[in-house]
Amino acid sequence: MTRVALSDAGKVFDNGTLALEHINLEITDGEFVSLLGPSGCGKSTVLRMIAGLLAPTTGSVHFPEGRPEIGFVFQDPTLMPWTNVLANARLALDLKGVARGEADARAGAALARVGLKGFEKAYPRELSGGMRMRASIARALAASPKLLLMDEPFAALDELTRHTLNDDLLKLWAEDGMTIVFVTHSVFESAFLSSRVVVMTPRPGRISKDVPLPSPRGRESGYRTTPAFTRAAATLSAGLAEAMGRAA
Amino acid sequence: MAQLKYILPLALGALVLLGWQLAVRHLDVPVYVLPAPSDIARAFVTEMPSLVSATLTTLRIVVIAFILATVSGIGLAILFSQSRIIEYALFPYAVILQVTPVVAIAPLLIIWVHYENIDLALLILAWIVAFFPIVASTTLGLRSADFNLVDLFRLHGAGRWQILWRLRLPCALPYLLGAMKISGGLALIGTIVAEFAAGTGTATGLGWLITESENRLHTATTFAALAILAALGIGIFFALSALEWALLHHWHESALRKQE
Repeated sequence: MTRVALSDAGKVFDNGTLALEHINLEITDGEFVSLLGPSGCGKSTVLRMIAGLLAPTTGSVHFPEGRPEIGFVFQDPTLMPWTNVLANARLALDLKGVARGEADARAGAALARVGLKGFEKAYPRELSGGMRMRASIARALAASPKLLLMDEPFAALDELTRHTLNDDLLKLWAEDGMTIVFVTHSVFESAFLSSRVVVMTPRPGRISKDVPLPSPRGRESGYRTTPAFTRAAATLSAGLAEAMGRAA
Repeated sequence: MAQLKYILPLALGALVLLGWQLAVRHLDVPVYVLPAPSDIARAFVTEMPSLVSATLTTLRIVVIAFILATVSGIGLAILFSQSRIIEYALFPYAVILQVTPVVAIAPLLIIWVHYENIDLALLILAWIVAFFPIVASTTLGLRSADFNLVDLFRLHGAGRWQILWRLRLPCALPYLLGAMKISGGLALIGTIVAEFAAGTGTATGLGWLITESENRLHTATTFAALAILAALGIGIFFALSALEWALLHHWHESALRKQE
């Protein structure tokens, strides 16, 4: 089943910049798709168009099964500093008018899933960078999204924290069977996480390669030291280099 | 070490008062030029009834003007944040109101509202002085919400009022509270200036008491009224600082001590 389809989508910004053109992308239910490319290739723009935060200038974004519940995680945790972690995680439910008791339970469960049980009453600034990102992911999960969009969520974290969060994200994905679209500029991150990597070229952003990978279901941290991982990373590196070369 | 913050200024004040007392007595300065602290203390006792009533009169206008300024300032800022058109149309007039010296328009206002409604004129004048910082600062705060958070609210189907209530207003709170500290002092100054402008025989607040005691060369009473004014200003500042702390100490950088 196709979760979301972009047909010949393009985007020209108000200042005349051509950000994206001829984006054709079909994402199937349950996929973990990474959009890989250098900065300025319009990966984030694709994500925002899928979320409906930006309208494509040409072409269309289409949800064959109707618009699903969507979760969005930004590069910054963007938590609300004036309220505690539980209220932050409850945001989508509060906005939908879900009753407080049920919303608290669902947000609490989402926090437990990302390993923040016991931090419900903490304020965002009392948490470390990694924990804030976990809270941000819990906020996205609380409303049980079918489609999770992530915009370089771990780019600002140290490598150790990033690896742990990568591992945990794969578990969350495997448990829920949700579809994830993950924007990154890291070859290794995309090689570890994805069932499919879409390589993009910059200025204007286009899709240059669509690389299917073995399913990451059940994958553990140790996969990073296997030959399969090295091969995937090499393929993606070559694809990225080719994409950059074409653009230069 | 922490107590030094309170002990030092108090000790300095006591020292200055002592020096003042000794200098005035020693140099035989006439009491209508510069009264000694003891003369001022005596004026507090003898003039107590008129000082208390003048303080209450002034304070009443200050508080009402401040509340009006805060409420109308927030209201106007919300209006501005919802519509650029309204902001473009009205903001220049808010600035004009702010830069026009209140002393200059006081006589006009008193004519308009009639002499017998002098309190209303004072209220309007104090409001004019106090409301601009609230409008300007709150408007800035309402616009300072993180764009990504605004997007997230929209993604989850939030309407304009949900974004205002749950996102923009909390963002504006530190800005509003900072502006309230400025406006609280301005409301006091505005009221006193308006009382001066209104002239004697009409208003009965501290401004009037100062004018009248100066005219009668009761300089000690003037000083007593000035001391009360200073105390009021400090009181307003501390009350608003306490409010700020109460609302921000959980989360805002300004109210948090840096963790070592």
